[in-house]
Amino acid sequence: MSNWTHAPAHRIATAISAGDVTARTVVEQHLSAVSIRNGALNAYTDVTADRARAAADAVDLLRAQGQLLPPLAGVPFAVKNLFDVEGLVTRAGSKINRSNAPAADDATAVKRMEAAGAVLLGCLNMGEYAYDFTGRNAHDGNSLNPHDITRMTGGSSGGSGGAVAAGLAAIALGSDTNGSIRVPASLCGLFGLKPTYGALSRGGTFPFVASLDHVGPLARSVLDLALTYDAMRGTDPRDPACSGGSLAPISPLVSRDIEGLRVATADEYFARTGSPEVFAAVAAVASALGAMQSVTIPEAHRARAAAFTITMIEGSALHIDRIRDRAHDFDPEVRDRLIAGAMLPGQWYVQAQKFRRWYRTEVLKLFDCVDAILAPATPTSAPEVSQQTFVLDGQELPVRPSLGLFTQPISFIGLPVVTVPVWPAKGMPVGVQIIAAPGREDIALRIAHDLERRGIVRAPVAKH
Amino acid sequence: MSRQIPFDPGAYAKAMADALGLPLLPDYAPAVEANLAVAFRLAPLFLDFPLADDAEPAPVFQATESEP
Repeated sequence: MSNWTHAPAHRIATAISAGDVTARTVVEQHLSAVSIRNGALNAYTDVTADRARAAADAVDLLRAQGQLLPPLAGVPFAVKNLFDVEGLVTRAGSKINRSNAPAADDATAVKRMEAAGAVLLGCLNMGEYAYDFTGRNAHDGNSLNPHDITRMTGGSSGGSGGAVAAGLAAIALGSDTNGSIRVPASLCGLFGLKPTYGALSRGGTFPFVASLDHVGPLARSVLDLALTYDAMRGTDPRDPACSGGSLAPISPLVSRDIEGLRVATADEYFARTGSPEVFAAVAAVASALGAMQSVTIPEAHRARAAAFTITMIEGSALHIDRIRDRAHDFDPEVRDRLIAGAMLPGQWYVQAQKFRRWYRTEVLKLFDCVDAILAPATPTSAPEVSQQTFVLDGQELPVRPSLGLFTQPISFIGLPVVTVPVWPAKGMPVGVQIIAAPGREDIALRIAHDLERRGIVRAPVAKH
Repeated sequence: MSRQIPFDPGAYAKAMADALGLPLLPDYAPAVEANLAVAFRLAPLFLDFPLADDAEPAPVFQATESEP
């Protein structure tokens, strides 16, 4: 019997639609893999086995009735545990939220994935309240990297990275405020899509920084990202920031020729403060694309500083009552940042938001001359799980905030990004960001698909 | 180069914690102060960047709900 835990989502859906395998078989294989591997990896915090079996049986029944199956029919997926799942408490990586009542309804994204035929396997570990780039969690244990369990997954969607890299789900949904999809995609060797701000609904997810929060998928193929994006589209009254935009599917576009697309590499800020393998990965992708041009994303260091400050202040405002009442129940690595954030002046917040508009105007001008920009996703490959500092360009920097050095200035203005995994001859993978203009996920996905087709980037399931 | 804001993180943290009713237990204080120090080091990068008085903050309020 084939092992469907190593197959990309689109292949699973095609096989189920063709009758080559049942959805129930695919789900049972994944549940079995979770039961065997999750103890070592700490990817799942909740497994919804009964719900998954019922959903899989419903897919198989549809096929038996001769009905046309939806695009993600029978595809096992899981969600970062800040997505509401009916009947489960939405932990958001915390101890404190476990005092809350179970969710009365599913998050919009969960509903839309299920409407597209996908089968929910459960909820995934994450950094507390998403204020994290490491995948560490003081309450549920650290997410461990399936490619080397002495190393971190990256975060905050750490369980999302671990589950997909280990073959415990074909697709995982995560959230990305400053890099929390792109960092684990980079460290776990996966494809990740952080869409345009407002493109996908955050309805029914536990927030972090409302003006910066996005949701999106991690997967082992580019087409899977596109199918997931298509499944999740549409406006939503539960998310005031969700614009919806065009509902035309982009998955049929990803295999289009990229001839004529203008791709450049980000220089200056994005070409320093990283380890050599990171810049080698960017160079390899640029070379494969014939991207000889470079561009300067202006004032990226200021953008990072402003995003950092907005995050501290909005995050602290969200949690101020919990900080006052239950400080001892926080993960200390999160608590102390939130307390500090609560002490910052309001003037800083307004100025950071004003700078954000200026910066967006300037960065968007670049897209008059290029269609996509390449940049590293993380400053290094996966650090060791408990590592606190690393040395970059001769400077000792703290790992936890610094893993987002290259992602933060991009999400700050909501640009869509596909992270693609590059593997060195030896060692751990590292991601490259393909950054496009707002609403042009299709361009970033087409470029990523071309690289995947030619074997320049790939996302294999970890050996174990 | 941006200016550095003169800053005593210990005194600032204590004053703000007292004023705002924030828990600043002895075992929290060093990390809180370290995080404040980072924030005060980074903030001048955007605080000192010249912007016009009529520069609009990025989020724009709309009086009506957008149509879902």
